[in-house]
Amino acid sequence: MPETSPVAYDSKIEGNVIITQLDAAMNWMRKNSLWPMPMGLACCAIELMAAGASRFDIARFGAEVMRFSPRQSDVMIVAGTVTYKMALAVKRIWDQMPEPKWCIAMGACASSGGMYRSYAVLQGIDQLIPVDVYISGCPPRPEALLEGLMKLQSKIETEPALREQKRELISSFSDTAN
Amino acid sequence: MAASLSTAVSAISGKFKVLKKTEFRGETTLQVERAEIKELARFCKEQLGFTYLIDLSGVDNFGVEPRFEVVYELYHFADGLHLRLKISVSEDELEVPTVSDLWATADWHEREAYDMYGIQFAGHPELKRILMWEGYPFYPLRKDFPLAGRPSEMPDVAFSKPAPLAGGPFVTVPSTATTKDREPRSREIV
Repeated sequence: MPETSPVAYDSKIEGNVIITQLDAAMNWMRKNSLWPMPMGLACCAIELMAAGASRFDIARFGAEVMRFSPRQSDVMIVAGTVTYKMALAVKRIWDQMPEPKWCIAMGACASSGGMYRSYAVLQGIDQLIPVDVYISGCPPRPEALLEGLMKLQSKIETEPALREQKRELISSFSDTAN
Repeated sequence: MAASLSTAVSAISGKFKVLKKTEFRGETTLQVERAEIKELARFCKEQLGFTYLIDLSGVDNFGVEPRFEVVYELYHFADGLHLRLKISVSEDELEVPTVSDLWATADWHEREAYDMYGIQFAGHPELKRILMWEGYPFYPLRKDFPLAGRPSEMPDVAFSKPAPLAGGPFVTVPSTATTKDREPRSREIV
């Protein structure tokens, strides 16, 4: 029987300690508690509501806390047609969200303007704010939104959490350095 | 009082100048003088009992002089009568008297016609754009305005850029061809 050192072993905390990396722990907490900012602008918002309701239940993925204040939200779900009249309001709300933050472009309109090749419609919200996940569909089914959310979760897993803390701030530093 | 549309029309033509009277599928359209439209509208509402303005819209007949039209759809609830009034508006004189003091619903309809065609409604309580933002330099429903739009910039308010049409505009082609040939789709992709 091998000898164990009595110093290195504490029976009181055995089983209650997990050793991991800080980045991994932070990412784990972030991805399982994404609070969405529901930017519902058209019919995609109906599907977003369905995803939040009991049948599809976005709470299974930790994203049920729809925040109507950008100050408290992590992920902006742009659900619907972004007109030029609305575009700067969306950008303003995005700017009010604290880092780290992510964006899901839900549906054809938010991704590319969709069927609205028109004078009044912004041809994709990615012209104004950085988009992490695009979801196809017109409108996408709630399952597609959940799939997009899971894609975003796996993307967050790979991010260096500490370095991504203040993405825009850090990039503004590197801009001024150059 | 107007028990039937024909008595209403004869009452109108007795007092006002009717340029043209059209009947199509039981609907009567009167082309009238622009200068008389305010008094005519008041007469229709107060004397003839057309208490409801269904709609007010603008039309752009690009290439025809006078270029614009304003269409008033009136309805008589008690007798179930529908009457359409039309006036022509030339591009040089885009001013039409408002009827929003007669029918409150005309307020937003006139704002829409102003927003989309640039028709000015004199005496309107608050004639500003209703769909596009205040300061947008174009009138998008005019026929010489491209569907893709034109670039514009209003700092801190809004901007616009032309949309990529890629073989569009995707509009239904008016013809007697089959549904497949008429449907709105890109003609470049075979």
